[in-house]
Amino acid sequence: MRTVYAIHGGIHPPEEKHLSHPGKVLDAGLPSELILPLSQHIGAPAEPIVNVGDKVKAGQLLAESQGAVSAAVHAPTSGTVTAIGMRPVPHPSGLENTCICLVPDGADEWITTRGVEDYRAESPQTLIQHIRDAGISGLGGAGFPTATKLLARDRCAIDTLIINGTECEPYITADDTLMQVAAEQIVAGAEIIAHILGASIILYGVEDNKPDALKAMQAAVAAQGDVGDREVMSFPTKYPSGGEKQLIEILTGKQVPSGGLPADVGIVCQNPGTAVAVRDAIIDGKPLTERLVTLTGRALGKPCNYRVRLGTPISHLLALSAFTPGSKQRLIHGGPMMGFALETGAVPVIKTTNCVLAPTHEELPAPPPAQACIRCGLCAEACPASLLPQQLYWYAKAKDQEQLEKHNLFDCIECGACSWVCPSTIPLVQYYRAAKSTIVEARQDKQRAERSQARFEARQERVEREAREREAQRAARKLAAQKKAESADAEDPVQAAIARAKARKESVVKSEDVG
Amino acid sequence: MGFLKITSPHGHGPLSTGKVMQTVLLATLPGVIAMTWFFGPGTLLNILFGGIVALGLEYCVMAVRKRDPLFYLRDFSVLVTSTLLCIALPPYAPWWLIVVGVASAVLLGKHVFGGLGYNPFNPAMVGYVVLLISFPLQMSTWASPRGLADVPGMSDALTALFANSQYDAVTMATPLDLMRQNTGLLVEDLYRQKAQFGQFAGVGWEWVNIGFLAGGLWLLYRRIFTWHAPMAMLAAIGLCAAAGFDGGSSDSGGSALFHWLSGATMFGAFFIITDPVSSAVSNRGRIIFGALIGVLIYIIRVTGNYPDAVAFAVLILNFAAPLIDQYTQPATYGHDGRDE
Repeated sequence: MRTVYAIHGGIHPPEEKHLSHPGKVLDAGLPSELILPLSQHIGAPAEPIVNVGDKVKAGQLLAESQGAVSAAVHAPTSGTVTAIGMRPVPHPSGLENTCICLVPDGADEWITTRGVEDYRAESPQTLIQHIRDAGISGLGGAGFPTATKLLARDRCAIDTLIINGTECEPYITADDTLMQVAAEQIVAGAEIIAHILGASIILYGVEDNKPDALKAMQAAVAAQGDVGDREVMSFPTKYPSGGEKQLIEILTGKQVPSGGLPADVGIVCQNPGTAVAVRDAIIDGKPLTERLVTLTGRALGKPCNYRVRLGTPISHLLALSAFTPGSKQRLIHGGPMMGFALETGAVPVIKTTNCVLAPTHEELPAPPPAQACIRCGLCAEACPASLLPQQLYWYAKAKDQEQLEKHNLFDCIECGACSWVCPSTIPLVQYYRAAKSTIVEARQDKQRAERSQARFEARQERVEREAREREAQRAARKLAAQKKAESADAEDPVQAAIARAKARKESVVKSEDVG
Repeated sequence: MGFLKITSPHGHGPLSTGKVMQTVLLATLPGVIAMTWFFGPGTLLNILFGGIVALGLEYCVMAVRKRDPLFYLRDFSVLVTSTLLCIALPPYAPWWLIVVGVASAVLLGKHVFGGLGYNPFNPAMVGYVVLLISFPLQMSTWASPRGLADVPGMSDALTALFANSQYDAVTMATPLDLMRQNTGLLVEDLYRQKAQFGQFAGVGWEWVNIGFLAGGLWLLYRRIFTWHAPMAMLAAIGLCAAAGFDGGSSDSGGSALFHWLSGATMFGAFFIITDPVSSAVSNRGRIIFGALIGVLIYIIRVTGNYPDAVAFAVLILNFAAPLIDQYTQPATYGHDGRDE
């Protein structure tokens, strides 16, 4: 039994997990159209390799990954590609992005898939390639391409794999449910990942508000016998314990250095859903084409967890769960703490869609207008990064970039705990997001300015050098001409000319004589 | 279908600034009740009258500043300022004293800096010090506590407030004055000879302080503020008093218990220096802030010329708070406190 470490700050918002009946999964079925964005992950968008009109089978590659940080997109069912173009996608900006549209034929016919027979016999590089080919990116939070994350093994010695089953966001129960219904697959996937990383320890972190998931995970880990140092760790429920850095501290007592990655302290974290996707890719050879999504909130008549094909429009899921929109209705992609509001239900489920929250206005009322900051310090007590949010707020308002950086603005994980506790309902996180992007922009501007200055100076130098060279050439030419003139000076040029003229005259006279 | 677009987080905790302020107001009750019991309804009347003046002023200022006055009145902050000031004022103060005090607190203490949240000084203490320097006579006239004199009634209090004459209640030097001015008596004899001294400190005053301590502990329990500043201040006063207390000679500055339960100690510790706007922000900073206030309170009480020292100590440390903040930034996650 390992020690569970305490972390600074954190809050206890109403959990509301019971709403979506964790542990029960419904199938979302086939919608009339699947919309597959080329960017469902962090990094470069995938590049389509199919054309409009193509018939595709389930599991077929539609768009391949581009560059080191990218993830491929596969067909979640068989059907016809009807369009490749701009569609609204789940993104905080509300902007459209390029998507492949697929109309299912209803047959749901799969390509032939073949898994790896004994992954332990394969090299990590081969397995990572399989994971890359399966289009897997993190299913928990930011959607970082998994293959790229696993490449950390080449850079750092990884001793610990953490499976992050914390799910600290209120309302969401997708991971909870997955741990209950697919504990063996999670454990199998975790073993594969640990094998790839060369990690000897696997820690499963589960908050103590998920007793059923805990039990299932413990049983699954126990069932595989003694395969090494494995532990399912339960720890007190507190938001945001599931933040990667926070969970690492809770389970190991280590802190990820500022600006660094978990790999720097020998740790890699993965979401349970990602572990299952890795298992499916390696053992079954199946690409990532579906995931669990929590449909919840009191504006839904039948909130539940659904097994959803990627690309399924959220409106399809809302219809399934008896959505009755009220006035000032909000639709949230993700949880209430870090999720973002969607403007339309036409956007599809993507690899990072763990929850669609449709609260009533009474349930999650819009915040009242912000009042003055009285520096009460509740935010500093809630901040899991031990920042001083009230100071950051002042400096963000004053656009004091120096102080913002000195107060470690970039260590803010944007969990929203400060905003949640703020008695004056100041949208603190929004200030930090804006300040961060302003500073990043300023840094880029500075870099650009430095580059153009360097360019200008180089040009200046070149122009001067060329001028100098020209000057030198001219001087040399002048000198040469002078020298030549000097050598000619030996005889008088005038006399010589006269002599030449005389000679000519004489010859003319002679020829006349002949005439 | 267009949905409402709001950025995360989408939920909000139960606490609001208005509720925080109301809780603080409620927490003054035990202390105010003790004051009313021992000194009569003067303080209560101060608070009521001062509150009306403060609300009126806040409304006018907000209207002049072209903000919605009712929105700003809802945060209750101006009532906290006026209530804290009026608790600090002598009971049976004339109306103009309260008006000048409240106006100084609200206008000079707060609005000239930009309103709530922008004031570098504790507004109530600004108002108090303006009065103390301008009207020392009225400010040092404290009624005698119950048991030593008849406690005035409501009509006396109203007369004192609105009649245009100095109220002539039986007034006495406070225990803090006696202790400072004492040059010839052992502390033990001082307690025995002067009726103003009670069980631990002054008659009445000890209970007033215990009342504010109770209210303060309740606020701590409600997590309205952290323990750092108040406890540091009380510890510093205790240490200074212990160091200056030589067992009870005439030079003695009074015991720790005497200082803890005298004057505005508990009121200052839990209701004044905990004003978040004008204090240090980090917990470490608040310990330094509180401790230095404690030291200053002791020094001013023992060697200064004013009846109490809390207001000056607080204002001086308000100056220092931004400096303290510069050097007490907590170690952020992933920085392990060494690299800066």
